Amino acid sequence: MALLEVRNLHVSYGQIAALHGVELEVNEREIVTLIGANGAGKTTTLNAISGLLRPDRGLVMLEGIDLSTLPPHQIVSRGVVQVPEGRHVFARLTVLENLEMGGFTVRGKAEIPRRIEQVFELFPRLRERRGQLAGTLSGGEQQMLAMGRGLMAGPKVLLLDEPSMGLAPVLVDTIFDTVRRLHSQGTTILLVEQNARMALQVADRGYVLQTGRVVLSGTAAELQAHDAVREAYLGVG
Amino acid sequence: MTTVTTLRARFGAATGNPFSGGAWRIPVRYGAVAGVTAVFVSLIGMVEAFSRREVIETAVSMDQVLLLVITGTAGYLAASRFAARGIGKSVIAATLSGVIATLFLLALLVLGDRINLRQVLLNASPSLYLELTFGKGLGTGAGLLALQIIAGAVGSGLIALLPPAPRRALLIGLTVVAGMGILHDLMSLTFQNWGPLSVLDTWLYSSTGLKVRGASALFLIFGGWSLLWAMKGPQIRERSKTLPLARSAARPVALLAALVLLAALPQILGLFLSEVLVLVGLAALMALGLNIVVGMAGLLDLGYVAFFAIGAYTMAILTSSELAFFGFNFWAALPLAILAGVVTGVLLGVPVLRMRGDYLAIVTLGFGEIVRLLVLSDALRPWLGGAQGIGRIPRPEIGSFEFVSSQQVYYLVLGGCVFAAFISWRLKGSRLGRAWLAIREDEDVAAAMGINRVYFKLLAFAAGAAFAAMSGAIAASRLGIIYPHSFSLLISINVLAIVIIGGMGNIPGVVIGAFALVGLPEILREFGDFRWLVYGAALVGMMLLRPAGLWPEAIRKRELTARPAGVPETPSTSPSAGDTS
Repeated sequence: MALLEVRNLHVSYGQIAALHGVELEVNEREIVTLIGANGAGKTTTLNAISGLLRPDRGLVMLEGIDLSTLPPHQIVSRGVVQVPEGRHVFARLTVLENLEMGGFTVRGKAEIPRRIEQVFELFPRLRERRGQLAGTLSGGEQQMLAMGRGLMAGPKVLLLDEPSMGLAPVLVDTIFDTVRRLHSQGTTILLVEQNARMALQVADRGYVLQTGRVVLSGTAAELQAHDAVREAYLGVG
Repeated sequence: MTTVTTLRARFGAATGNPFSGGAWRIPVRYGAVAGVTAVFVSLIGMVEAFSRREVIETAVSMDQVLLLVITGTAGYLAASRFAARGIGKSVIAATLSGVIATLFLLALLVLGDRINLRQVLLNASPSLYLELTFGKGLGTGAGLLALQIIAGAVGSGLIALLPPAPRRALLIGLTVVAGMGILHDLMSLTFQNWGPLSVLDTWLYSSTGLKVRGASALFLIFGGWSLLWAMKGPQIRERSKTLPLARSAARPVALLAALVLLAALPQILGLFLSEVLVLVGLAALMALGLNIVVGMAGLLDLGYVAFFAIGAYTMAILTSSELAFFGFNFWAALPLAILAGVVTGVLLGVPVLRMRGDYLAIVTLGFGEIVRLLVLSDALRPWLGGAQGIGRIPRPEIGSFEFVSSQQVYYLVLGGCVFAAFISWRLKGSRLGRAWLAIREDEDVAAAMGINRVYFKLLAFAAGAAFAAMSGAIAASRLGIIYPHSFSLLISINVLAIVIIGGMGNIPGVVIGAFALVGLPEILREFGDFRWLVYGAALVGMMLLRPAGLWPEAIRKRELTARPAGVPETPSTSPSAGDTS
């Protein structure tokens, strides 16, 4: 059984249907990427998994238990944590306070400093800037902070929404390096990306989303070699 | 355009002429603003009304202080803008601003001499011209006026050029003298009613204002104290840190001293000021509640008066002998009034959970009006009294002691405020406070972080409503009678203003805000409607000069002083885990 399974997921915004029965699964210790064009439904899928959107139909199962009817905070405490798109950090709080906030669901006082230490090991840059206001960090640092904050909750599955969005190429590399390192430490990740080339380089498997449906899936290598993918998303003719 | 101006200004400074290339505009602008303001306060009758009051007997009247403050501010600002260019140029700048301001007043005098302005401007009376010209007629009088104003501007300019410590001492001394002079009646009364202090009254004050010796003594004592503290203060603070006993004892001792002082206040201050304190306390109690909703959780509530009304009406219905429904006493009704607040707080919270910002504000606004109209309605008259309200609400009592006068009710209000401040302070540092902070900063991310928005928002509404209901319940039993008209939208707005002016989210800031917005207008009551003019101007000025409030929360303050991206704060590695609150 997969760690996270999405079955026949339908989501609509009012009258407009956005997802028409998305199916995907993420196994333990895997990076799975969801690629597709603008408006294909990538972020909608993530928001429906994390409970920020309520699906019309379908199941989101973590370890065989359906989460689709739970409110977002309960989904977080069960171990599905989303790092929102566009680096939503608490701009007026310091780096350290942001991380503490990420551990809101963590019970036990000793656990939080321990996890902060882990995040600092993963992102030494954040340790240097821990007393600084998050809003004054650079774009790349804010993305690191958003990811670190997500890790504070101790996720079983980390949902990353467009981590490379709006970053300079050098920083994109850094962010994907971090994703690789998280993977090597055993974190399970569902990664949504427009940058399909980079996403497929770090991922084990991938799904291609088109107008609210999964049109293609396979291992990252298969997708990279697939003609339609190469043409539509990797810019190779 | 602006860079050209600054370049020219710099160039002008380098070549020795401070007024070449546009820099002269600064003092002219300050002078013009001061001149227009001075003419304005003259034409609305403030100068004439104030001329009958003396700050220092026979020497300085209050209208002179008013004009000096207006034009002096211009001179002070002009000189401090030119401070880097040397004393000579700064003095010229201050003089220039004074001259410009004078021109406006002279124009008024000349115009008033030629045309009868009184047909349009009611206050342009002969006595105004007499007052402005020191009763000497247009020729000599205008000269004296010009001399006084220019001297005031230059003097203020010189103050601006002093080093910080003596400058602060001088300003504090002058402010204390002016303040004590303006509040003469109130101070005299207060000193007289408290035995040992009545000596002070006769020493400081004559029947019209401060005596010269009183003014000089106040100036020397407060100015000197400020100067002394500036020189010795850091040393004393340093030394007290090295004493382990002082360090550990300082907080409890200070807290105890504050409590003793608070308990003794009504006896020291007398009836009128105790009344003011009760009003401030009731407002502070409401503001502490609204501070939870707006300041901590970031939910803009414009119908907050509803909970004040619900607390008051619950108290009235349960205790009033006029209605004779239940006949509870105050202490039995108080918890029920608070409970009623909590329940309605949650009831209001449920429908507005999904709303944010302006939408939330409008819906809560509607809620406040609904409550007011319900208690006003004829249909509910048998239960809620309709437009006549509910009377014969018994006073609170403990045993045979009854809280009747303001000096007694004060303790009840003080108890409420201390309770509310303590609860707020404990909540803020708790998990609950952090959840509210997260919701205020970014609601979506808060949800992504595992924070139950529904639960914590409802708790914020409930906690805020509880304090407002408590305030309402005390207010009802203090007055003995309540009317629907006492619960208008204006109260919601005033309380919101207290929270914003005081410093959103910060508990002592909110209390200071209550003093500033409720206490000051009461104390300045003798100045009639002019106080509202000053009040309005002060609010606008406050928001421009201190946008985060009088005593802002650390988080808001640092936002306004935040550095641009990539520039680390010094030192960037400093551990600052707990510096939020």
